[in-house]
Amino acid sequence: MSPLPFNLTQEELRAGAVGAALVIVAALLPVFDQAYYLALGVNIMLYAALCTAWTLFSGPTHYISLASAAFFGLGTYSVGLGIDHLPFPLLVLIGAGCGAVLAGIVGVATLRLSGVYFVIFTLGLAELVRQLVSWGQSKITTRMGLYVFTDFTEKHIFWMLLALTVLVFITGWLINRSRLGFAMQVIGNDETVARHVGIDTARAKIILFMISGAFIGIAGAICAPRYAYIQPNSAFNPTISFLVVIMALLGGTKRLWGPLVGVIPFTILMDFVTAKFPNHTSIVMGIAFLAIVYFIPNGVTGLIEQARTKLRSRMGAPAVKPGEVQP
Amino acid sequence: MSMPALSVRVARKTFGGLVAVNDVSFDVRQGELLGLIGPNGSGKTTLLNLISGALKPSGGEILLGGQPIGGLAAHHIAQKGVARTFQLVRVLPSLDAEQNVMAGAVFGHRRTWGAEARALARELLHRVGLGGREHVPVSAMTYIDQKRIELARALASDPRVLLLDEWLAGLNPTELQVGISLIDELRREGRTIIMVEHVMDAIRTLCDRCVVMSSGVKIAEGRVEDALSEPEVVRAYLGDEDA
Amino acid sequence: MQILVTGILLSGTYALIALGLTLQYGVARIMNIANGETLVAGCFIAFWLYVSFTINPILGLFVIAPLAFVLNWLIYEVALRPLVRRAKNRGQLEVDSILATFGLMFLLQGLMLLAFGGEYVNYQFLAERFMLFGSAYGLNRVVAFCAAVVIAGALYFFLYHTRQGTAVRAVAADPASANLVAIDVAKTSAMAFALGGALTACGGALLSTFYTFNAAMGIAFTMKALIIVIMGGVGDVRGAVLAALMLGVAETAVASLIDPGLTIAATYALFILVLLVRPQGLFGRRTT
Repeated sequence: MSPLPFNLTQEELRAGAVGAALVIVAALLPVFDQAYYLALGVNIMLYAALCTAWTLFSGPTHYISLASAAFFGLGTYSVGLGIDHLPFPLLVLIGAGCGAVLAGIVGVATLRLSGVYFVIFTLGLAELVRQLVSWGQSKITTRMGLYVFTDFTEKHIFWMLLALTVLVFITGWLINRSRLGFAMQVIGNDETVARHVGIDTARAKIILFMISGAFIGIAGAICAPRYAYIQPNSAFNPTISFLVVIMALLGGTKRLWGPLVGVIPFTILMDFVTAKFPNHTSIVMGIAFLAIVYFIPNGVTGLIEQARTKLRSRMGAPAVKPGEVQP
Repeated sequence: MSMPALSVRVARKTFGGLVAVNDVSFDVRQGELLGLIGPNGSGKTTLLNLISGALKPSGGEILLGGQPIGGLAAHHIAQKGVARTFQLVRVLPSLDAEQNVMAGAVFGHRRTWGAEARALARELLHRVGLGGREHVPVSAMTYIDQKRIELARALASDPRVLLLDEWLAGLNPTELQVGISLIDELRREGRTIIMVEHVMDAIRTLCDRCVVMSSGVKIAEGRVEDALSEPEVVRAYLGDEDA
Repeated sequence: MQILVTGILLSGTYALIALGLTLQYGVARIMNIANGETLVAGCFIAFWLYVSFTINPILGLFVIAPLAFVLNWLIYEVALRPLVRRAKNRGQLEVDSILATFGLMFLLQGLMLLAFGGEYVNYQFLAERFMLFGSAYGLNRVVAFCAAVVIAGALYFFLYHTRQGTAVRAVAADPASANLVAIDVAKTSAMAFALGGALTACGGALLSTFYTFNAAMGIAFTMKALIIVIMGGVGDVRGAVLAALMLGVAETAVASLIDPGLTIAATYALFILVLLVRPQGLFGRRTT
């Protein structure tokens, strides 16, 4: 729990080992299936990366960002525009840069806005970017989209997204044990105290938002070859932003692995609904939002923790010392 | 004469038409414990907020060791060496005692990290009488213990000036004795402290000097007995009592 | 001139939608993202009444407004009141209610997609030319504008010249103090929310007489309403009307002078600009 020790604790080693094992198992997926399950796996991996990256910022600050689609689309377009001229890895980095820069601009601009205004600002911004890209594209080119031809197949994209997810997790873990992570904990508790102990709260939030935006940009860049034909309405699809919020909140944002708990079942559910009842996706998303607000405000991980505390007190066991996490 | 630790020069704060702090000036010497007293609503806490950067002054200047800090952001002022406690105690509820104190040690005037910050936090918890309770969640602590946490957090940055905003308020008589001797220790250690306080016994026991405010104006300054016996101060207090 | 008149005619409907939202957010403290869906529902019901029963959309308002009032009242009592009760502070209520109304938005949008399909719909009502200052305008637009003015006028009278209206304004200004002077804040909030929904639905019904609509366009109108509300100052009726005029004219100007493809982009750009420069509203005072 404590973010400070520089050497790994037992529990961290254990978590690391479990994580590594899960990554290896996941990486083997394309060996067994190249069709339906791989496509589903790509979706899960994509949202695992997106939601964990989103939570890096929104978890500790409780700011709900709906700008994910903008970062994602910028990543996709970085690849779409540059694929004929520059190597793919460089384009991914450019995508990350674009995401970070936009996040930085949003961060600087929205310092004075809080709560509800931040939500609608990010939503409006994502829409503005989408409209501008659509318009620019229709003016400059005659086509509505861009072609991206690469040698990447679905399994390559899967592996890249898996690697990205791992990278997001490692970054999140490093942040948690850094000054920045500790600063975010303090800010999350009491922003006034944070300022008075010497934390530049605005700077901390902007840095975190930029990191989060960069990762979402990378995810967009990795997905560009998957679309093959990129259009503003698919690359900047606002549904991405909403799904990210739903899945992350559903899983819970208190822990790094919280969003995963929401991503896996919800991606499978959405996949099923999209295939079987394509006209019902909005309804499912609506119900999910309502369920989160009314029944699971702290996410599934929050429910689990609550149940665990209740169980423990019922059994009369001594309270766990903070700093130890129950297996 | 050496440079004052903190100088307030014609500091002013207005809210719309209301003048909360009206051109107040005073110096705090190195190692001095200065009491800032006055009836409710006289602008003491506002003045403290100007010094700590919670509010921006509308006019005047505040100097920390000769350097202007008036109007800087709170985190800059904290990093330059001003630490404070709050009138209504503010702890970080989801963190344990040690982490609460570490928050003061990591980002402030003296920045430490890792094992060093942890050791400092433990030492300070011991100082304020919370030794052995490092891992108790602060939300489960009593009021005075939370106040101790706040004090330890403020001390953790090794501040050049410590601001205590009614740190003794709300304590019962026994706790008050403990609190007073704690502050007394800090004073003897040579800390520079400004304390806003209503508990007159504490002011008399602890303070070298005091500044008296009323309706935003400084009405007296000097040794405690002298300041308190000035007619205007008596009137301010009695007038307040009569009302 | 033509741009100005077209813009003003459009702004009448915008004003109604924005007044609806400003009542919901300014008084009931609910940032209702599903406001646009209420509008779309208004469009579809007006369309349905007109096509199936040949009920004139203006008369249809007398069905739509009470219906929307009751439904929004129910939404507030069932869905939003629990959030108000459990919220520890205004910040939490805002985040909770924006998430909940996002949920309502998707839910209502999904239901309307099922009921009406995703196609664009319009119908012919008073599609005649009407001469004004030497130029021709759709008569339906002129009628819609006049109806909007009447409704907005009635709202203004209600808010500024009746007891209940004064209570609404008091709650908007300060719920805690309103409570002290024996105003039933909970009831007033519910009423303001329901009234807001009714206004928005009327706006939708009027819009449908001259605008091609579909089930998915709600969010765009929520955004427009938000821009107007924020520009005019939250809870400020007069500000909302002025801001609606500005948005209507600005949109028409961009569409006819620059590029129709940029209309929506211009809306959002204006929105972001307003949030950045004057989040307290064009006519509001900065509060500390």
